[in-house]
Amino acid sequence: MSVLTVLIVVLGAIFLVVGAWYVLTRKDLLVATIASSIISLILSVFFLILQAPDVALTEATVGVALTTIIFVVTIRNTKRMEE
Amino acid sequence: MSEELMQQILSISFYGASLALILIGVYGVLTKKNLIKILLSLTIVDSGVNLLFVSLGYIMNGTAPIFSPAIMDGKIEVLKTAPMVDPVPQALVLTAIVIGLGVTAVGLALVIRLFRHHNTTNIDEIRNLKW
Repeated sequence: MSVLTVLIVVLGAIFLVVGAWYVLTRKDLLVATIASSIISLILSVFFLILQAPDVALTEATVGVALTTIIFVVTIRNTKRMEE
Repeated sequence: MSEELMQQILSISFYGASLALILIGVYGVLTKKNLIKILLSLTIVDSGVNLLFVSLGYIMNGTAPIFSPAIMDGKIEVLKTAPMVDPVPQALVLTAIVIGLGVTAVGLALVIRLFRHHNTTNIDEIRNLKW
C-alpha cells in the first residue's frame, strides 16, 4: 500500500462522481453512453486495487464493451437526442 | 503519510464513491424523462452497489483470494501475517455484473418496442398502457 495507490484511489473517486453527474446532465445520449463506459473503466481499476482481479476482468469486458454496444444499438434504433 | 491515515483515506474514498454513485443513480431514475437515460442511471446504481460490496470484503494489505503463497506452501500460520481478502462478496459481485447486463438488455428491448409503437422515448408522452 503506497502513496501512489492512495493518490490513484482519491482521483478515481472524484472522477467517478463527476462522470456520473456528467452522464445524467448530457442531452446527447451517445456522449452519455461513452461517459458511462469510462466510469466502468475506472471501476475496474478500483477492483484491481481491491484485490479482486476476476471481478476487474469481468467489469472491463461487460461494462466497457457489451453494455456500450447494446446501448448504441438501441440509440441507433431510436432517437439520439434527449428532448 | 502514516499507515493509519492512508487506510482512513482509502476507506473514505471507496465508501464515499460507492454511496455517491448509488445516490446519483437513484436521483436520475426518479427525475429523468427519457427511457434510455433512466436505464443509464440504473447501470450507475448497479456499479455503485458492486463497488460497495467488494470494498466491504477488503482487508488491509490482503492478497487476492485462494491463490496465495501461504496456501501454496501449506503453512496455515503464514495466513496470520499475510491475510487474504474475503472471496464471498467477490463471487456475488461477479454474478451481479452479468445479471445487470441481462436486466439492461431486457429493458433496452422494451424501449425499442415502445419506440416503434409510440414513436417517442419520453415517458410523459407515453400515456396509455395498451400495446
